[in-house]
Amino acid sequence: MRDLDHLEAQSVYILREAFRTVPRLGLLWSIGKDSNVMIWLAKKAFLGRIPFPVVHLDTGKEFPETYAFRDRYTVEWDLDLIADACPPIEAVDPTLPPASRLAARKTLGVRQAIDRYAFQGVVAGIRRDEQSTRAKERVFSPRGEAGRWDFKDQPAEFWDHFNIAVPPGTHLRIHPLLHWTEVDIWRYTQREEIPVVPLYFARDGKRYRSLGEEGITSPIDSEATTIEDIIAELEATRTAERAGRAMDHESEDAFERLRTEGYL
Amino acid sequence: MNPRDPARQPPLPIVIVGHVDHGKSTLVGRLLHETGSLPDGRVEQIRADSRKRGMPFEWSFVMDALQVERDQGITVDTTQIWFSTAKRRYVIIDAPGHKEFLKNMVTGAAAAEAAVLVIDAQQGISEQTRRHAFLLHLLGISRVAIAVNKLDLVDYGEERFAAVEAGIRHYLDGLGIAPTAVIPVSARHGENIATAGGRTPWYAGPTVIEALDAFPDRAAPADQPLRFPVQDLYKFDERRLIVGRIAGGRLKVGDTLRFLPGGGEARIASIESWNRDTPQISAAAGQSVALTLDDEIFVERGHVAVHPDRPATATHAVTARLFWLAADTLTAGSRLSLRIGTADYEVAVEAIHRVIDSQDLGQAEADRIERNGVADVVLRSRAKMVVDAFAESPASGRGVLVRGHRIVGGCIIQGPAEVTTKENRNLTAVAHAVGGEERTRAYGHAAGVLWLTGLSGSGKSTLAMALERQLFDRGYGVYVLDGDNMRGGLCRDLGFSDGDRAENIRRVAETARLFVDAGFVVISAFISPSREDRNRAREIIGPGFNEVYVKAGLDVCEGRDPKGLYAKARAGEIASFTGISAPYEEPLVPDLTVDTADLSIHQSLARLTHYVENRFGRETALGATG
Repeated sequence: MRDLDHLEAQSVYILREAFRTVPRLGLLWSIGKDSNVMIWLAKKAFLGRIPFPVVHLDTGKEFPETYAFRDRYTVEWDLDLIADACPPIEAVDPTLPPASRLAARKTLGVRQAIDRYAFQGVVAGIRRDEQSTRAKERVFSPRGEAGRWDFKDQPAEFWDHFNIAVPPGTHLRIHPLLHWTEVDIWRYTQREEIPVVPLYFARDGKRYRSLGEEGITSPIDSEATTIEDIIAELEATRTAERAGRAMDHESEDAFERLRTEGYL
Repeated sequence: MNPRDPARQPPLPIVIVGHVDHGKSTLVGRLLHETGSLPDGRVEQIRADSRKRGMPFEWSFVMDALQVERDQGITVDTTQIWFSTAKRRYVIIDAPGHKEFLKNMVTGAAAAEAAVLVIDAQQGISEQTRRHAFLLHLLGISRVAIAVNKLDLVDYGEERFAAVEAGIRHYLDGLGIAPTAVIPVSARHGENIATAGGRTPWYAGPTVIEALDAFPDRAAPADQPLRFPVQDLYKFDERRLIVGRIAGGRLKVGDTLRFLPGGGEARIASIESWNRDTPQISAAAGQSVALTLDDEIFVERGHVAVHPDRPATATHAVTARLFWLAADTLTAGSRLSLRIGTADYEVAVEAIHRVIDSQDLGQAEADRIERNGVADVVLRSRAKMVVDAFAESPASGRGVLVRGHRIVGGCIIQGPAEVTTKENRNLTAVAHAVGGEERTRAYGHAAGVLWLTGLSGSGKSTLAMALERQLFDRGYGVYVLDGDNMRGGLCRDLGFSDGDRAENIRRVAETARLFVDAGFVVISAFISPSREDRNRAREIIGPGFNEVYVKAGLDVCEGRDPKGLYAKARAGEIASFTGISAPYEEPLVPDLTVDTADLSIHQSLARLTHYVENRFGRETALGATG
């Protein structure tokens, strides 16, 4: 079995397991390359149409290209889109560093969506290789009250058997892309011809490797104008994928604090 | 190797295990460094972090990313990291070694196909070394290399190495594991990781990387017998799709599948997919597929499709080697769920044959299994379990133990259990002193169930009550199960959600089965709108089940509306009312259809009575049994 087929089959299995065992699901769509792949996999899992809502946590601060992409593919992909505005910055823990505060609006956005739509499961496109705290994740990750992640006491998860308990006041995070790498995502995007926001491709010697909000995401130096170029660039690079995401670097534990509080 | 190569294979998952202080994380940090897999700046960053804490530089900080780990000096959970050698790609799982984190270790190690066991040359083989090696055996991982680490602390002494090597080989031999290599290593100084640094001239074997590259490729489960655990059934459009991932073997369009434990057979009509240019005609182990069948036989999640010539075993009891991860003790008689593939079986620990000591591999009789303990047990299920012996088909020969939806243990299936031991006898069903045939003779009729299904207002209750009277007057032992006597008592805790409705029907079916055992003719009168639920009732009750479709169109039923329910449902006062806001699935091949829109009550009743006389009456019953 080829490696992309292997990854696809595993993700499809996870998505179908979530749909079967978790009553109310929402799939988080950041409009980035990873969650586009996740939507594609969900369309494969459910033979064309995703049978649960797709949620965009809208901070109002995405790039214009991102919004244009969202609006176009919501229609083309026949998505049941929820795009509520995230709570304002004033609602965020003021002790966090500035960029992390902006990011934490999405944490509040997830909680808001869970309260509003009574989701018991939130499907998110995080990957183990992105960031070292994400490497600790489970495929089915139980979240306590207010969405907190207790990484010190996670249940056992093996042989593709997942924990599906959702006590009142809690929810599950489901991570169908946990086992993928950044290069896998691009190779699959290329093979399947999945559309992406054009900001990933170089313009005037710069491109975005990871897409966040305007203002807290910086582009990298790059000449990559095709997916082929991007894959070649990633093979050569030794820089971390999220180097352009400001909140990861504000202090040693800023990102871990974000994640413990329920950030993606 | 090239990521642009479309034929690239998945990475080989390996796990690094061993005692908490024996240097696993250091070894992993070193492996990443030696294979050029660390991002630029990571080593400098760790150097700076270490200095800030007043600690010497630690390779293990590469892996120990979380702050709490750095503070406590322990890895909290598994992490996965990718690296490549000239030969192939690996995904490396660093499983934590501290005793209280065993469940995390299982989580990591279970995904591995091969392992490196790290032993401190100075400390030697510890309790945890043995425990971890034992766990590899439990998880079925037999490809193992040994890194005898910290050789710098014993001055690269050959004698010390030889002593550790002899000890671990002896222990592994008791588990049936032959290590592929035992390597003298200093992870801190990079000795024998990628290259021999010249400090161990007395050693001629492979380096750690050479030993990894020498592991054979992944096993190919595609060559095993077909095992296709049904994950779910979809009906998004006119197609009924049976979805799941093939655990072993291969299948193709036109194959006859047998669905265990029921045994129903049908052929694969198509393999459906989205966004493919050419239709898929075959699939193999590892692939997630969606099948359609040429016949609408009863299939549900947990069934396992096999080829009829290579079936799995369907059994009520298995012997298994079990490992227990929960804090409390597991005793004989404990009840749990056993999850194999996509099936959940309610099981009881029928017997604990022996508890196995991971230290000396000694076996002892015991009546309880403590946390992190291992034992050979018998697990008994009321429903038939579909299993294989692990040795023959790993994916269908292992399972997890679940309590309150949490995974609390795992087990490797050794095979079906024989019901011969003394402790088993108490728990197996006691044979009744009076047999079914005797009852038939004494009562003058056979037993069975008339399962009336149809919309609200179709006439089920009216017919059921009239039929009960008529049959009773003719000398039948007969009883009606309906909403009044079931919902008011046995099913008092159930509502009207899909799940509760399904459970209600299950309880009705189980109750009906008891009446059948007692020799009665049972008339059940429930809407029972779900085909799947009725099929489950058929499975519970067995051959005595007779599906009777009490048929009347929605307009007719709504016109009758004897309880005013349709009016309320139309007004939105009743959620999910069958026919209005919830579907009714007509029986596909009912044993009898009574069309109450066309027939009068009298005519309908005559038809039912005639059916009962033919099916259960004295002549048929005694003719059949005599």
